[in-house]
Amino acid sequence: MRKRSKYSYCSESLRKDSGLERYEWNMNTKVNIAGIEWKNPVTTASGTFGSGLEYSEFVDLNQIGAVTTKGVSSIPWTGNSTPRIAETYGGMLNAVGLQNPGVDVFVKRDIPFLKQYDTRIIVNICGKTTKDYCDVVEGLADCDVDMLEINISCPNVKEGGIAFGQNCCQVEAITKEVKKYAGQPVIMKLSPNVTDITEIAKAAEAGGADAISLINTLTGMKIDIHKRKFVLANKTGGLSGPAIKPIAVRMVNQVAGAVKLPIIGMGGIMTGEDALEFIMAGATAVAVGTANFIKPTATMEVIQEIENYMKKYKIEDIRELIGCVDRV
Amino acid sequence: MVKIHKKTAVITSQVQLTEDIYSMWIRDGETAAGAKPGQFLSLYCKSESRLLPRPVSICEIDKEKGTLRLVYRVVGGGTEEFSHYNTGDTIEVLGPLGNGFHAEGSRAILIGGGIGIPPMLELAKQLDCGKRIVLGYRDITFLDKEFEKYGKVSISTEDGSSGTKGNVIDAIKANLLEGDIIYACGPIPMLRGVKAFAMEHGIKAQLSMEERMACGIGACLACVCKSGKKDPHTNVNNKRICKDGPVFYAEEVEI
Repeated sequence: MRKRSKYSYCSESLRKDSGLERYEWNMNTKVNIAGIEWKNPVTTASGTFGSGLEYSEFVDLNQIGAVTTKGVSSIPWTGNSTPRIAETYGGMLNAVGLQNPGVDVFVKRDIPFLKQYDTRIIVNICGKTTKDYCDVVEGLADCDVDMLEINISCPNVKEGGIAFGQNCCQVEAITKEVKKYAGQPVIMKLSPNVTDITEIAKAAEAGGADAISLINTLTGMKIDIHKRKFVLANKTGGLSGPAIKPIAVRMVNQVAGAVKLPIIGMGGIMTGEDALEFIMAGATAVAVGTANFIKPTATMEVIQEIENYMKKYKIEDIRELIGCVDRV
Repeated sequence: MVKIHKKTAVITSQVQLTEDIYSMWIRDGETAAGAKPGQFLSLYCKSESRLLPRPVSICEIDKEKGTLRLVYRVVGGGTEEFSHYNTGDTIEVLGPLGNGFHAEGSRAILIGGGIGIPPMLELAKQLDCGKRIVLGYRDITFLDKEFEKYGKVSISTEDGSSGTKGNVIDAIKANLLEGDIIYACGPIPMLRGVKAFAMEHGIKAQLSMEERMACGIGACLACVCKSGKKDPHTNVNNKRICKDGPVFYAEEVEI
């Protein structure tokens, strides 16, 4: 018979009904990213949570470390034609195309909404040109938000987006420009659709980024064999969900070994166990994305399951777990 | 603050209506209590490889028993999975979602096409006014007998095997139907035809739209349709079908 290692456990044991939440264990779940303290290491992945309004009917936003908003641009964007989504095995493709109401409406409506809650606000920013990004960053400089996340990795828009994120010189240049106007710490959100993610991360660091988030979606495609057509109107879309998690964990680990910046890890996180993989790979915080569509309460469950893990293994401080495995 | 959450409903019956159309009754008192005709439920698969909820319209509501009827077509792996559920099995549901139809006018024409027919049944049951019902099929009919309790039914089939040969508009014209309000659910080409017919005759029309959805609650912006005017929420000419719809006035949407 195989000997049980002291780390073996039934995966169900971290779930809510395990009874673990009923016993007291003093622990710290606070993390600090670029000088901003979060009450726990869990945020939302941009584009999966709107600005929190719709999900506030399911989730107590006060309990989440930070809310990362859907991408906002200098002027309203209409986005792509429909169909914009397609389910794939253990994942989904989206090609929403960064539809958003523009920064003016966002500042007037969405920021005041989020300010009602005791959570950090991270504004995700998209643009077609460097000037577009800088206009939004400048417009937000005096706003009461905590961090900015720069989306240089969206695969679903023709200009901007990923075009900035696949070339080291461009990544460094746009990071430098954005930093000139930023009133808050800047997180550069990286694309996995590159040959060497560490080179891109180093370029963001060289440009003065305060943190890095990864991964954005992987470019994918689905064909309807009955209609002999692409399923998505945009033909290609970004793959997300549990199907991409191992790639994301690997990339977080690689980037953690390549740069000194704090990392927000994401890509297919469905449970606290998934989140812990990212944290152990080297992420200081994690973002829950596609899981919100499947379990609207996913963020809160992930937080609870991380705490349950800490109780189970008598971890006093979440920071003990950050990057606790080697680097590849 | 937290107002709604996913529920585990119990399947109280499941029958096959045609080769690919199934009728399932599920029980969850709270979900049934708040339901209106034209709203939908997000149904979740048990298979973890199928992540996204399937939006399925509500066909009938029994508030006394706390049950809801869902009539759906098997179009892929997810709906195939649902079709294998038996009485006593459970299903995760979220809802009721969306806005639903609202009653107005005194002489209604209810139009359903294909898998857009089921939501018209509860509406037909609840509307307290004169009503004519038009059901459009490709060939095999379903639910048509159940509609007869609530009004005179006209049928169209593409192959002419039942009723008027052609589409729902052909059936309306053949039967000289008149009304002051149209309620319709069906495929986009049908809704386009209904909108044109309604505009031409100066009749108000409420159209229930369909699109591939992800979140089902208005956050992800996957299921948008074009709107004539700038939408106050999105600040562009797009409306969210799951949240602002699925029922829209014909003039609100560009189809």
